[in-house]
Amino acid sequence: MAWTRFGKKKDMPGGLWIKCESCGAMLFRKEFEQKHRVCGTCGYHFTLPARDRIALTADPGTFEEMWKDLTARDVLEFNDRVPYAEKLVSTKAKTGESDAMVTGTAQVKGIPCALGVMNFQFLGGSMGMVVGEKIALLCEMATERKLPVVLFACSGGARMHEGAVSLMQMAKTCGALQRLHQAGVASISVMTHPTTGGVTASFASVCDMLIAEPGALIGFAGPRVIATTIKKELPKGFQRSEFLLEKGQIDRIVARSAMRDELARLLAYATGRDAVAAFKPVPVAAELEAVAVPAVEPPAEKPRKKAKVRKAEEA
Amino acid sequence: MTDQPAKTTVQDGLAFERPLSDLQQKIAELRKLNAGSHLELAGEIELLEERLRRQTAEVYAHLSPWERVNVARHAERPLTSDYVQLMLDDFVELHGDRVFGEDRAILTGLATMAGRRFLLVGHRKGKTVKDRLACNFGCAHPEGYRKAMQKMRLAEKWKLPIVTFINTPGAYPGIGAEERGQASAIARNILEMFDLKVPVVCIVIGEGGSGGALGIGVGDRVGMLENSYYSVISPEGCAAILWKSGDKAPEAADALKLTSKDLLRLGLVDKVIEEPLGGAHRDPKGAVERVKAQIGTWLGELAELPVERLLEQRYQKFRRMGTPNGL
Repeated sequence: MAWTRFGKKKDMPGGLWIKCESCGAMLFRKEFEQKHRVCGTCGYHFTLPARDRIALTADPGTFEEMWKDLTARDVLEFNDRVPYAEKLVSTKAKTGESDAMVTGTAQVKGIPCALGVMNFQFLGGSMGMVVGEKIALLCEMATERKLPVVLFACSGGARMHEGAVSLMQMAKTCGALQRLHQAGVASISVMTHPTTGGVTASFASVCDMLIAEPGALIGFAGPRVIATTIKKELPKGFQRSEFLLEKGQIDRIVARSAMRDELARLLAYATGRDAVAAFKPVPVAAELEAVAVPAVEPPAEKPRKKAKVRKAEEA
Repeated sequence: MTDQPAKTTVQDGLAFERPLSDLQQKIAELRKLNAGSHLELAGEIELLEERLRRQTAEVYAHLSPWERVNVARHAERPLTSDYVQLMLDDFVELHGDRVFGEDRAILTGLATMAGRRFLLVGHRKGKTVKDRLACNFGCAHPEGYRKAMQKMRLAEKWKLPIVTFINTPGAYPGIGAEERGQASAIARNILEMFDLKVPVVCIVIGEGGSGGALGIGVGDRVGMLENSYYSVISPEGCAAILWKSGDKAPEAADALKLTSKDLLRLGLVDKVIEEPLGGAHRDPKGAVERVKAQIGTWLGELAELPVERLLEQRYQKFRRMGTPNGL
């Protein structure tokens, strides 16, 4: 619920340079993007838009999106300073996404899985009815098809604009995951910066395996809320991935550059399949142009289109 | 309605109570006078009482969502401990999560009510200042949620249904709570409550504060007392984030649609349990009686269902909440 604080844009789209949120170093945008938005100086992992995450995780051309057109209903007729209905329209236009979650099926180094990725760019990745519904649908599909589920969390928590309806998405997603567990199907949660509030307190914390990117803020309450409540300064590194690992709350910390390999390794254990060894994580830009090696021939059109869009943005 | 004038615990949001408590006070004074002398005041008193009844009904029919939030937080509103005292014939408190400690913010124990045995789980706020501190004002830590689950699993094994009372401003936001996995404790509870092979009935008796409430809130039937609220975030928190000012809590309370009627309309709870005239704090016994009757009805209904259907219905109930466009 503290997502508005992370919503501020510190990097100007189209600018040549951006400043690291963590160490303040000036980073050359092209190089920064090639490193999948990781600071070359301090290793800080910036949030990654859902589509970039999918490109980095799934084998080229294997991601098949499902339930793309689900959109939120403004059941509360919520109105703070801008009506929620209007906010939805403008955010959709700005991001090109229908809500804060992209779901579908994909292969990771040849291993098929159900993949769900949160999009922080859409209202701080907040979970409302669309996010909840997509996760539930994904888990139900995965239960039926015995596909392991990989969920990337990136969210400030529940979406206030949907009131208690958004709160109940915590129950909806956990219920669906419970059925997945019961069916003996594997699930992996990857928590990325930031993962807080109702997302941490629901699906992101109850998968078989909990992984975090380095330095990610992960917690129930936001640090500012805690500091105000206890009227004390928070310890250094509080609520960061390394802190959670130390406290026994997560299984592993995995750097973005190694994430795909690591997921394939874990999925191999979970499914008894073998990962296709030929895949090496490569920079997104290069990957889009690369000729694919995998067992599945990628449809050539989609990636190219994307590359064009990227170039257009840079121009 | 009690003879005693209501204590003037009038916070900002309870300003509407002032004329009512003034009237109550006046009636009490006249009563005293009447008892001490032989003046004929009975007629006058009756008239005033009638006026008080009418005015109370009028005021409570038109409370704003923010005013209801304040009724839900009223210092004299019956708490879980009152229900234990007034509703149960027997109660065996059970302590501890078996891992870390005992969290007094959540009360768990074996209960008997009119011949029915069940496990009671409820947020505990405390009555006195000392109590309130010990109960952390009803804000549970991870060990509280883990204690609740440990006892709920026991209930499942002993084939006892489960009744939960929700009354918390929210799960505690603190260093220790985060270190010990507040988020994962709540998430685990929500997930496992879908798997409990006994009937689960949940009643929001006061504050339904976000994840901290839902952590013991997944049930086959969920009821809300008329003047309770259930929300994704406190009105103050929402106002601070979206309006950038905590003073806008009344506006936020309005926007969040957090009253019992709203939740019923949104299909998020099964029933609104009406409170006695002027709120549960005016007549705790009356409120407890109504809750007791509802629990009895629901437990009776649910006892008939085979386990498989029970679990399927529980899942489908939450599965249907919040259906987007485009399905």
